[in-house]
Amino acid sequence: MTPPTTSPAGSERPRLAPTGRRHVADPIFKLVAIACATSVLVLLTAMIVRTTIEAWPVFADQGVIGFITGDLWDPGQSRSEVTGTYGAWPFLYGTLKASAIGVLFAVPLAIGIALFINEIAPAWLKRPLTYGVEMLAMVPSVVYALVGIYFFRIEIWRPIGQFVADSPLGVIPLFSGPVTNSSYWAAGNILAIMILPIITAIVRETFAQTPVDERLAAYAMGATRWEVMRQVIVPRGFPGIVGGTMLGLGRALGETIAVAFLIGASQRRDGSIFFAGDAVTSLIFNTFQDARPEGVWALLAIGVTLFVITMIVNVVARLIVYRVGRTVGDAAV
Amino acid sequence: MRLPIRSAAALAALSMIAVACGGGNGDDPATASGADDNGAEAADDPDGDDGDTVELIDTDEEVGTTADQADLLGAGATFITPLMLEWVRDNEPGIRVNYQSIGSGGGIEQFLSETVDFGSTEAHLNDEEMAEAREIRGCDPIHIVDAFGSVVIAYNDPALDEALDGEDLVLDAGTIAGIYSGEITTWQHPDIAALNEGVDLPDTDLIPVHRSDGSGTTNIFTKYLDDENEAWSEEYGFGTEVNWPGGQLGGNGNEGVTAETQAQEGGVGYLSYAYAVENDIPVASLVNADGNVIAPTLESISAGPSEIIDSIPNDFRFDVLGVGGEGYPIVGPHWVLAWECGYEDDVAASMIDFFTWALQDGDDNATGLLYAPVSGAFQERVIAEAVNRINAED
Repeated sequence: MTPPTTSPAGSERPRLAPTGRRHVADPIFKLVAIACATSVLVLLTAMIVRTTIEAWPVFADQGVIGFITGDLWDPGQSRSEVTGTYGAWPFLYGTLKASAIGVLFAVPLAIGIALFINEIAPAWLKRPLTYGVEMLAMVPSVVYALVGIYFFRIEIWRPIGQFVADSPLGVIPLFSGPVTNSSYWAAGNILAIMILPIITAIVRETFAQTPVDERLAAYAMGATRWEVMRQVIVPRGFPGIVGGTMLGLGRALGETIAVAFLIGASQRRDGSIFFAGDAVTSLIFNTFQDARPEGVWALLAIGVTLFVITMIVNVVARLIVYRVGRTVGDAAV
Repeated sequence: MRLPIRSAAALAALSMIAVACGGGNGDDPATASGADDNGAEAADDPDGDDGDTVELIDTDEEVGTTADQADLLGAGATFITPLMLEWVRDNEPGIRVNYQSIGSGGGIEQFLSETVDFGSTEAHLNDEEMAEAREIRGCDPIHIVDAFGSVVIAYNDPALDEALDGEDLVLDAGTIAGIYSGEITTWQHPDIAALNEGVDLPDTDLIPVHRSDGSGTTNIFTKYLDDENEAWSEEYGFGTEVNWPGGQLGGNGNEGVTAETQAQEGGVGYLSYAYAVENDIPVASLVNADGNVIAPTLESISAGPSEIIDSIPNDFRFDVLGVGGEGYPIVGPHWVLAWECGYEDDVAASMIDFFTWALQDGDDNATGLLYAPVSGAFQERVIAEAVNRINAED
């Protein structure tokens, strides 16, 4: 055994001293890392190329624009050619509408939660609250779907919808009745709950990055807590809010099971938010099983379309979050 | 102090890896020998000599499996699943069947891609699929009719139930098509009033509910409307999935349609008959081709198919349409799809045994679950001209 006094020095030397192994380890590690990174890109490209090829007959037959803007989805029964009519618009519309409702509710709520946790909550409450919000992210979406079906839509969402539709607001086509249990409204509300955690996390991070100097300066000038939040923290965190919103939107666009259970699968575009419609994901979920080959191509085509939309949303979100990172420090993600 | 601990940790980690690897290596011979055992066992099986096999497999001998029997794998319609499961459980030849309830479309796909022994569907193969099937296997696919199911119109409206006072709501093809195409929006429509004279119909707003998933139930239902109602035929046609008009709800499966129908007053949905009976949902009586008002019962749904038996073509691709007499009009056959060639002998024998048994002795299972069985002269015809054709070309 070496005497204790020499051991600290002894422990440092072998770590820093050059060894033969290091010369091999570095390039190998580099190669492995490159392979890992490339695999993601390869995977993404393979997915999009493969599905687009499979879906090509439908795009070719309907035209990409015609496919996206078409208002009629009438699948054919053929095995070798495209005989039906495929217009994805009612489903894209439903997906966007439900997601928009979700974002509209989730973002203000997330900002409120973030401000409360960061600025107002007593220290002992911060952690439980943070964990509480994170727990929402861990609940499987099928559980949300079930709770939505048996509780929320019947006890809360439909009565609220009915109230709005019966009020003078009901004159506006967007809020007119009849109000059904499953609707864009119900799907949008469940999405709001589901995307709340990710938006809250990012918004909270960016709010926490507000420079202490600015905050203290504002207080020094006699600003109240509310004024500091409104005029210093929120403007500082604005890009984070946008970035978080876009990431939340990305998740909302792709959510399947909860939307399929709650949107009502009406397959037609409806002007009101309180009536049933359909979304891209729920169309695929519902009809894939019994689709004939040409129906499967069409489902792949609409899947590719959603994939592209989600990718655009995510890229925009990343760009914004990246810029936040540069202006506010290592803010988010 | 840190060094020994670190090296100890590293050593421990290394030894764990070594153990893990060693374990893996040690496992290999074991798995290999396991595989060998299986191979030997498979080879032994035809002699019925299970030798060293585990007890689990041995117990099957009690069921009376004979040497030339094989397990069957089927996939398809969800509609027939309860009946198929009972047949699998009760069948006397003791054939083991693994039936995957994946939907008619999936059943046809799996059948044509030859990943299952038999497919199962509520929509028969169309001419294109028949042609492709012949190319795939070089012989005809066979349609075996094994049961009939029917579709009923369920509704949810306490006010209407009160007004009807125990009588049945009466609808015909025209009014059903009207409700589902959005032209009839309340019970007070003159066409419905004419069918229900003397009933003070409420003015509930109607919300039609359809299946959101592709389904054989939809196929039977829309085929009926397509046949009876010209306007429907032009606008919507028929299929396992059709282009429904706006203002309606979709529900996934019979459960989904029931849930949506019952969730709102004025809901009108079409369901498989068995499902409506089991869940005690109020259903409408329909006017059939002879103008008789018929409530869905086991007798009335069986009456339809027996009326048209003489006109059924040799390949058994037919629909039950234009039902008159005492027959309930919305009825559809269910088919098992099998091949005329290309089966292993034991698989073919098991298929013939199983479906012959199901047709001859499985009637009680069918009626118990509210399917109309294939019976009488038609049953003999199906066994002779369809079941016995399995692998006949081989």
